[in-house]
Amino acid sequence: MEPILKALTLKEQLAEQFRVHRDIICRNDTPFISQARERSFHRFLEMGFPGDHMERWRNTDLKRALSVDYDLDVEAPASKMDVSGILRCNIPHFNTFLVSLYNGWYLSENGAWITRPDGIVIGSMAMAAKQYPHLVEESFDRIEKTSRNGLEALNNALAQDGIFIYVPDNVNAGQTIQLVSMVDYTRNLFLQNRNLLVVGKNSRLTLVHCDDSLNHQPSFTNTITEVFLGEGAVIDHYKLQNINDKSTVINTTLFHQASNSRLSTHGTVLNGGLIRNDIYVDIDGENCMADIFGLYLVDKDQHVDNQVQVNHFQPNSVSNQLFKGIADDRARAVFNGYIHVHRNAQKTIAYQSNKNILLTDKATVNTKPFLEIYADDVKCSHGATVGQLDEEALFYIRSRGISYDNARLLLMYAFAAEVINKITIEPLRLRMDDLVKKRLRGELSICDQCVLNCSAKENTVSFDIDMSKI
Amino acid sequence: MLIINDLNVSIQDKEIISGLNLEVKAGEVHAIMGPNGTGKSTLAWAIAGNDAYTVTGGSITYRGRDLLALSPEERASEGLFLGFQYPVEIPGVSMTNFIRTAINEQRKYRGLSPIAAPEFLAKMDENKKLVGIDSKLTNRSVNEGFSGGEKKKNEIFQMAMLEPTLAILDETDSGLDIDALKVVANGVNRMRSKENAIIVITHYQRLLEYIVPDFVHVLYKGRIVKSGGKELALELEEKGYAWLKN
Ligand SMILES: Nc1ncnc2c1ncn2[C@@H]1O[C@H](COP(=O)(O)OP(=O)(O)OP(=O)(O)O)[C@@H](O)[C@H]1O
Ligand SMILES: [Mg+2]
Repeated sequence: MEPILKALTLKEQLAEQFRVHRDIICRNDTPFISQARERSFHRFLEMGFPGDHMERWRNTDLKRALSVDYDLDVEAPASKMDVSGILRCNIPHFNTFLVSLYNGWYLSENGAWITRPDGIVIGSMAMAAKQYPHLVEESFDRIEKTSRNGLEALNNALAQDGIFIYVPDNVNAGQTIQLVSMVDYTRNLFLQNRNLLVVGKNSRLTLVHCDDSLNHQPSFTNTITEVFLGEGAVIDHYKLQNINDKSTVINTTLFHQASNSRLSTHGTVLNGGLIRNDIYVDIDGENCMADIFGLYLVDKDQHVDNQVQVNHFQPNSVSNQLFKGIADDRARAVFNGYIHVHRNAQKTIAYQSNKNILLTDKATVNTKPFLEIYADDVKCSHGATVGQLDEEALFYIRSRGISYDNARLLLMYAFAAEVINKITIEPLRLRMDDLVKKRLRGELSICDQCVLNCSAKENTVSFDIDMSKI
Repeated sequence: MLIINDLNVSIQDKEIISGLNLEVKAGEVHAIMGPNGTGKSTLAWAIAGNDAYTVTGGSITYRGRDLLALSPEERASEGLFLGFQYPVEIPGVSMTNFIRTAINEQRKYRGLSPIAAPEFLAKMDENKKLVGIDSKLTNRSVNEGFSGGEKKKNEIFQMAMLEPTLAILDETDSGLDIDALKVVANGVNRMRSKENAIIVITHYQRLLEYIVPDFVHVLYKGRIVKSGGKELALELEEKGYAWLKN
């Protein structure tokens, strides 16, 4: 019973904080947004935190994460922080436009707002509320109305910052934008981020987004990211999560696709106490493509939950979900893949596949497809597997002289590679390859910043066994 | 080279090999024949070190060492090779990487540095030609989508790459067309030398026309019930196994 009481306490604490800090929280708002916050906060109080009374939260228990005493950080850091030391991209041949959310606050060497020569706007959500009020207001309005759980409502009430990207029509953002959300707080931080990405007609954007911890302090991050793909837009979205074992990330991403747009979103969970990704893809146009890929590697008492919902509202689009994971020790993995084909969405093609390897008998996987199909001329498939490492294959490999440990590694890596190989940016793929190998060997620390590196001396991993192609 | 003494092997508490004796000397080729389900593969697994097959008694000595004390990978690095009756598919692991990793792991065991890329590639090319497989196969994942015959050729290819001292080939000839059979035999014969030994497990006398054995053994109900020269294979071809059962 105790954790529930604690959870209530956290809710009460938040109510208190909201009351006390309302003016600060609403500082950058338009009146519309302030009112939306108010209503969303009440919605949160009504709904509370999600729990097992909700179908989609049956396998993910937040009690432990909510029993921690957290602080809100409502005031942006006063002094201008020098991020250059923290933010140094070390992927060779990979030039990114780097921005950061440092304890939830937008931080960039280019200042809080920049309009590039190609017309692309990159800045903080706090600034966006001033520069593009209608876009931000619409976002708060949408989330207020569609909040599916208390955390989404809470985000709408409390989120003060995040990244805002606006790509006008017919612009190819050649350079990859890299967003690093890092938590580096002396106390236990409870933070809400809100990101908004709008990519215009026939435009193109590549975004790499990393969630990182810079210390071992518990934290709770509740993020909502909305992504709009205009007609014919192309987005390559990569997410990499490497947070400490005591931290929680609830990451809700909502993709909206207009006709002829192509989305690829690729997530890798390398480490984390509790990571929950809610990925919604609304295909609201014809001839769209949506690739939703995920890889998760969990061990110890870690918990990862990927919830994907693809809504086909219009005909002639293709969606493809591929999620693979390896769970070691007592770790738990959850995957629920929803495919919803609406009545109008004829000629939809929707695939889904989830494959899991359990390395111990204490590790668990819950995987379940949910298909709701109301159109009659569609092609949908789904498949889920949960297994161990193939003993026969292990013996075969060992019989050629490869050690037991390396044989296991080879099989795990081969399993993961199917997802890693979907990364189309070569230097990023090689880097991810390294990180996954490191992770599988148990050598990854949270200091291996996703694709950055705080400790500066990063070397590529040399395997005992060389898995590179020749 | 290999001395098997009074060997007992069980699978899930069922004894499959009972008191088997066999000695293989360097330079020799032995053929093991026998009806289905008599324990030929079980013997091969036990020698290679598959721990699903429990050795409950007896000993296996290989080049003066207690083979049973070694892990499968150590046995391989000591020069033992098993050509599988049913080669395993390993999706996601490319043939080239697999073989190079195996070679380098064995070299590490022997205190050698990793094989140089040009040397490795030259060896690959040579052996691909030898067993008649092309880069289309070696660029694929190990055995994935290989035909039955291609899998068997791939076993010989791996053997040629790993250059073992003792090779046990478990029905490598099954399912091969006549040309492939010659290719396999050619691969095996190339490995023959004064230092090496080969054990071929087969059902067909035909293979033994190409790989002429020094000894033929009949395995029946977990033990060797008859041994002889290559003419024993002809006799078995003619009479079957019934006459040996008593
Ligand atoms: N993993 C296993 N579990 C249970 N029984 C097994 C297993 N492996 C082999 N056996 C049994 O052991 C016996 C010997 O099998 P083995 O494969 O050694 O025969 P074999 O002589 O190689 O036959 P074949 O000529 O058909 O290849 C058979 O009765 C078989 O069913
Ligand atoms: Mg057999």
